[in-house]
Amino acid sequence: MQLTGAQIVCESLIQEGVDTIFGLPGGAILPLYQTLPEYPGLKHILVRHEQGAAHAADGYSRVTGKPGICWATSGPGATNLVTGIATASMDSIPMVIITGQVKRSAIGSDAFQETDTTGITLHITKHNYLVMEASDIAATIKEAFYIATSGRPGPVLVDIPKDVQEEKSEFEYPSELQLQGYRPAGEGNTGMVRRAAKLINTANRPVILAGHGVILSSAYDELRYLAEQAQIPVVATLLGISSFPADHFLYAGWPGMHGMAYASLAIDESDLLVAIGMRFDDRITGDTSKFAPNAKVIHIDVDPSEIGKNIEADVPIVGDAKQVLRQLNPLIEETSRVDWIQRVETLKSEHPLIGVDDTDKLIPQYVISELYKATSGEAIVVTGVGQHQMWAAQYYNFKAPRTLVSSGGTGAMGFEVPAAMGAQVGRPDKVVWSVCGDGGFQMTMCELATLAENKIPVKLAIINNGYLGMVRQWQEAFYSKSYVATEYSANPDFVKLAEAFGLLGIRVSERNEVASGIAKAMDFDGPALIDFRVEQEENVYPFIPSGMSVADIIEGPRAETVKK
Amino acid sequence: MNVSTNPAHRIVTALVEDKPGVLARISGMFRRRGFNIASLVVGRCELPNMSRMTFVVEGSDRTVEQVTKHLYKLVEVIKVADISDQNIVERELALIRVKTNSQTRSEIMQIVDIFRAQIVDVANDVTIVEVTGNENKVNSLQKLLEPFGILEVMRTGTIAMNRGLQK
Repeated sequence: MQLTGAQIVCESLIQEGVDTIFGLPGGAILPLYQTLPEYPGLKHILVRHEQGAAHAADGYSRVTGKPGICWATSGPGATNLVTGIATASMDSIPMVIITGQVKRSAIGSDAFQETDTTGITLHITKHNYLVMEASDIAATIKEAFYIATSGRPGPVLVDIPKDVQEEKSEFEYPSELQLQGYRPAGEGNTGMVRRAAKLINTANRPVILAGHGVILSSAYDELRYLAEQAQIPVVATLLGISSFPADHFLYAGWPGMHGMAYASLAIDESDLLVAIGMRFDDRITGDTSKFAPNAKVIHIDVDPSEIGKNIEADVPIVGDAKQVLRQLNPLIEETSRVDWIQRVETLKSEHPLIGVDDTDKLIPQYVISELYKATSGEAIVVTGVGQHQMWAAQYYNFKAPRTLVSSGGTGAMGFEVPAAMGAQVGRPDKVVWSVCGDGGFQMTMCELATLAENKIPVKLAIINNGYLGMVRQWQEAFYSKSYVATEYSANPDFVKLAEAFGLLGIRVSERNEVASGIAKAMDFDGPALIDFRVEQEENVYPFIPSGMSVADIIEGPRAETVKK
Repeated sequence: MNVSTNPAHRIVTALVEDKPGVLARISGMFRRRGFNIASLVVGRCELPNMSRMTFVVEGSDRTVEQVTKHLYKLVEVIKVADISDQNIVERELALIRVKTNSQTRSEIMQIVDIFRAQIVDVANDVTIVEVTGNENKVNSLQKLLEPFGILEVMRTGTIAMNRGLQK
């Protein structure tokens, strides 16, 4: 069957089970756009800025587990995707990105809207391709999907010159891949698994550190079995939140710079860390020489280069989290660790988060806890980056997998609106709350138009403190309150703004308006926005300053530094 | 000093697909991860559409382990081996342009002979010497020729291969 390159792209996407594409057209991708009407199975959502397309595809993937798809034109279209691709890359999100490129004869000539897209995205993609023949498109797209979704997932970009989209070629979707140099890990080494089991069975104070890898490989049941069988407290990384139910008695929060003090202290006191699908990020370890000083480390990760990168592993296991846990679990003896569990319970009660009812002011933590109550912990919560992100992760108890969507590694402000849009498109059955900072919101708020146009009923909560709050907190802590360039003294009227875009706008300035504001937004049939005018200089606690250790933790404005 | 016995110098070889952009991908990975490479050589090999690369990497064992792991992560890299501790043949080729006059010519020729190097170009006032050997041998010859006045040196960087049938 002779098809154009553009038709081959669409046929291939359908073969891969794609239903939704986020994108924005331009000259070099027009052949692809003009082919779309022939493929009603491919739903296209027209964003207002390409960054939104990439974050939306990312959000879609994080809640569905399927690869997210976005596309854009050459030049500025492609460069606008870059932040979104980098975010997906750092957080191991499977995405397939298609970009238009200038026609083949113009490549390298500095043609209009030409950029070296594969060059620019070389190190923020898991792999990328420039396709120079229409006959190569189908095999390339098949490879792209396989690479994006297997092993440690990540974004894969396919750059297709305009005349390749127009060129005709025989179409047959390949049944096999030709990838000699790509062999994602599966099961772990059995000897290592046995050693891990022995360590777990003999440990006195083990802690499981559950990372994003548990979610990416859907190893929730296996993780839960391991924790319950061996009675091991579970702490999660920021991206590992929701891999283990927050209301489970073995759950011990998340550690690190702004994590719960009890989670960091549990790690500090542990004699064995079982790290699953995580990479010992500096926000978790702080000073690595003082991190978990008495613990042996079992490190399970699908990416061999993560093992030994930041923390030396006593038992390294390269493999898929689910498969390795399935090997490991039968070797785990049923154990009771009453003393250790009791100790962790004591840590929890002695080092709680700051209470939300300590004050009659409208503090952001209270907003999040009311969101949690109003949604019974069943919503998908999408955050931006900064203080509101930490509060959302602290005060919302995530019960079901894939319910927290947050830009972890890259820390991209502006993620919250488009990623929530993608999440809602992926899970129309769920309530999706976008918890926004007033700074990040203004980076990508153009996507409110996309929400309105497509009737995507995302609810947005702007935690509006009139500052780039996390930066302001650092200025307060480390630069004697010298607030350089962090105050937003002329924020727009977010309620009017929401209305101008066709959303319901609500303002909440008092504590007693929070619950009713949330209820009103949730009752509204469509996207709605709440402008929460919160305390401006509230800080995130606990706080372990960068590069320090749990001994330096600051638990709150009135709390002493933890005495070890 | 043998390159392979210097703990700070490790020889890593790789079999890679001969595709556009592979070299940029690999050299970019070294730059991004902050790995130091003393030399990088790439050339076609006995397999169709494949190239073999030899890297001389500077750094600790841990660094070299990370280098090999990150090389493996690249989709177009088929096989990676740190062969520093194995029984290997390592070779580098250098061209050295050295100042020559009627008084020094014979002395230069003697030195070249001792190193089993060759003179590949002779002019009135310069000679080009070609030498093949391990890094150490090339360094030594270069040092001996220095007093005559070296005008230009070009070195290919090290390539290396296991001895015997071992793969």
